[in-house]
Amino acid sequence: MAAETPALPGAELFHPRVRLRKGLGSAFLVLGVASVVFGLAMLAFLVFDVVERAIPWLRVEFLTQFDSRFSDRAGIKAGLYGTAYMMFFTILISFPLGVMSAIYLEEYARDSWPKTVIQINIANLAGVPSIVYGLLGLTVFVRWMALGRSVLAGALTMALLVLPIIIVATQEALRAVPSSIRDASYGVGATRWQTIWHHVLPQALPGILTGNILAASRAIGETAPLITIGALTFVPFTPQSPLDRFTALPIQIFNWTSKPQAEFHDLAAAAILTLLVVLLTMNSLAILLRNRAVRRRAG
Amino acid sequence: MQQAPTAGELPKLLRRDRMRDLRERAIGAALLTAAAVGALTTAGIILSLAGETIRFFGQVPIVDFFTETEWTPLFSIQKFGVWPLVSATVLTSAIALLLAVPVGLIAAIYLSEFATLHVRSLFKPMLEVLAGVPTVVYGFFALTVITPFLQGFVPGLSTFNALSAGFVMGVMIIPLVASLSEDALSAVPVSLREGAYAMGATRFEVATRVVFPAAISGVIASIILALSRAVGETMIVAIAAGMNPILSFDPRVPIETMTAYIVQISLGDTPYGSLSYLTIFAVGSTLFFMTFLMNVLSFWVVRRFREVYD
Amino acid sequence: MRRVSLAAVAALAGVVAVLAVACDGSRGPGALPRSPDLPPPPNQQQLRPLKGEIIIDGSSTVFPVTQAAAEEFRRYAPDVRISVGISGTGGGFKKFCAGETDVQDASRPIRDTEIEACAQRGIEFIEVPVAFDGIAVVASPRNAFLTCLTTPELKTLWRPEAQGKVTRWKQVRASFPDQPIKLFGPGTDSGTFDYFTDAINQKEKASRGDFQASEDDNVLVQGVANDPTALGYFGFAYYAENVGKLKLLAVDGGHGCVEPSFETIANSTYQPLSRPLFIYVRRTAAERAEVRAFVEFYLSKSFTPVISTREVGYVQLADPIYVALTKRFRAMRTGTLWPQGIEIGATLDRYLQ
Repeated sequence: MAAETPALPGAELFHPRVRLRKGLGSAFLVLGVASVVFGLAMLAFLVFDVVERAIPWLRVEFLTQFDSRFSDRAGIKAGLYGTAYMMFFTILISFPLGVMSAIYLEEYARDSWPKTVIQINIANLAGVPSIVYGLLGLTVFVRWMALGRSVLAGALTMALLVLPIIIVATQEALRAVPSSIRDASYGVGATRWQTIWHHVLPQALPGILTGNILAASRAIGETAPLITIGALTFVPFTPQSPLDRFTALPIQIFNWTSKPQAEFHDLAAAAILTLLVVLLTMNSLAILLRNRAVRRRAG
Repeated sequence: MQQAPTAGELPKLLRRDRMRDLRERAIGAALLTAAAVGALTTAGIILSLAGETIRFFGQVPIVDFFTETEWTPLFSIQKFGVWPLVSATVLTSAIALLLAVPVGLIAAIYLSEFATLHVRSLFKPMLEVLAGVPTVVYGFFALTVITPFLQGFVPGLSTFNALSAGFVMGVMIIPLVASLSEDALSAVPVSLREGAYAMGATRFEVATRVVFPAAISGVIASIILALSRAVGETMIVAIAAGMNPILSFDPRVPIETMTAYIVQISLGDTPYGSLSYLTIFAVGSTLFFMTFLMNVLSFWVVRRFREVYD
Repeated sequence: MRRVSLAAVAALAGVVAVLAVACDGSRGPGALPRSPDLPPPPNQQQLRPLKGEIIIDGSSTVFPVTQAAAEEFRRYAPDVRISVGISGTGGGFKKFCAGETDVQDASRPIRDTEIEACAQRGIEFIEVPVAFDGIAVVASPRNAFLTCLTTPELKTLWRPEAQGKVTRWKQVRASFPDQPIKLFGPGTDSGTFDYFTDAINQKEKASRGDFQASEDDNVLVQGVANDPTALGYFGFAYYAENVGKLKLLAVDGGHGCVEPSFETIANSTYQPLSRPLFIYVRRTAAERAEVRAFVEFYLSKSFTPVISTREVGYVQLADPIYVALTKRFRAMRTGTLWPQGIEIGATLDRYLQ
């Protein structure tokens, strides 16, 4: 090609090195696939180990029986109900609160040192160990607000735990929405809230949902704060109201793995598998929502 | 489809709508209240930690806390130097990030710039499942699978060590880095990419020299979040890293992180109100302070490098 | 390409997993008897209509006993909602003395700081020992030279001064081979640790620091089993579940070598490493019909044989003691009979007065 066209001044300085550059790209492609496969391989490894041990114990009674000292009579009914019930309230509380906080911080608050302080504050909270939230929950929700060791106290504690994650992720999602969209909206006379509700939020929704999925996933597996606020381990009944006592799946798992009888370790694997299935369902639902939002935005 | 307003109606429509203003104001206030919860939480944590921490330092000189190199509050001869716990936290977090950041970022760039939509929509959620595995499961995985495996070729690796725990923590954190970075990368407008392609850049060059730098603030935010997560992680290190508070950066020996220590005391038999019990508040405050400093630094860094698209 | 690599990795992982499981060590046959047939309680008719809630929290050591009691009790009183937590003895007492729980599980007697905290809130308690726990000292089955250790030898091995100095078995007993010592023990915040150090080193929490500690006794079992030069100590139930994997050592407390077993722990000949486990019942809670019924059931013949079964793993007390404890409970005798805290090698005869 180059030989056919007349050489431009300075052409001798131009080395396209296409082969090298494309080679780099292919090398990186391999690396990229490898890293994704690595993560998935670890997951597969973990899941295989769990499934292997869990299979002999998976039967309907496992889901419908309460805990027992007899391995063949033990089940996760209480943990399943407790976790589901508590997560429902956790999401109900943390999602709106987190998104609203992020909207305020990103769209309303002017850049000033109080805002900076709050931002640092929130990023900081994301790293506070979960057990500190447990202590906080015990003091504020269980004692002060006299909620006792109830589902609601647990949900509030967990909501505080995941709130920073939701806020940070939502803020990033909002920040990524180009300001041209906002400007266009203001240009036709919309108010700030109208702009946000009708234009910014829909655009940012996929990112917001990602943050929420990660946050909820985190909350479901947390053990330490629940133990601290007194979520109990042996609860042979299902909670009847948000103010009722409860237990959670991770606590049952933790308890079973510490038992001397080996069958309980396999029972724990079965409970872990159940938890993973629940997580997978949650994640899939959220992905579905996210994909729908992306498609709607593109369309 | 509404009728377009006639000239006569316009003044009425454009008049200042009091209800709308009120609504806007109310919404603003509601959002502010929501944001205040964040501040209140910190206040709550500080308050609950501060009281007991002060009481602790009333009995143990603060100088000892920061200069002693042994941590033995539960033995009969009590020493209160916090560095063994801090070094353990730093070591495990460093190992975790050493794994998670390269793998996570490469995965994010791959998913965002190289993979087809199909592949991405399949692999991204699968990676996110990694984040949802309960930490107790990871802890036992580290102890019962990773440690024996590593003992095969790391000489002198004991049952409890920082390497396995750090490794598994890294695996847990990969989705945090990958998913959030990938979101940041995807948000870079197509126009930037197209401009680069138009100039003859390869996909790799576009990814690393155009998109990645543009999304750097989101990437750094995700790394900081991952670091915070690593520092605050409790169950994995409590189960797999050990309960031996010693000052060491050797990843093969049992150690005890700050979080593992807090769990150990909270779930144990120490009587409430005793000096040993107060130690968790002192350690908790140190932890809080450490992450606070980290975040201030990262905040400043992100501020300096954030790119505005248009 | 990606699908292939994923499948390959999954297959590889599967093969590894299968191999890992196939090479799993033997599971103990369980040295403890299975659940016996229990007589129903005499007041069965009064139990049926009982309703209410009982909140129990405290030691994770006592948890299996209380859980079993709650499970059995609910067979006769299904409408009583009993929940049991594991906040630890210390954390549990904090809740108990704040009036938040009805019954406290404790692996040691109540301390004076806790008595004070309870007194400040006007909380009175009834102390009820419910079972014995033995601490087993174990080694690997591949260990050839360890069979019995005297308490002075254990002290040489475990006292604080031994840290960094006593590192080879020859130093413990001259006839032992010159091999390195590897030690495993429960976490420093557990009742087991407190009791062992008090019994062996004569001072609670006095111990060398260079041993592998874990709150999870299963982990200790694994660690000791895999190392022929290792020694560890933990609750007897964990040994009983892993009989094939471990070598039980006898302890000579001054009266000859005694191996821990049901009998030797129950009749207090396995000394000094047997300790009583307690429940503390809040006096105001004990005034409720369902709590009273539960505690009396706990101490009755309809339940106590369960304590010494495989599923629970502890050792029941002698019958006369249970009878005396029931009498004390009915009379609502408050206060502790252990003013000095844990006493090594003490019996529970004091409750017979």
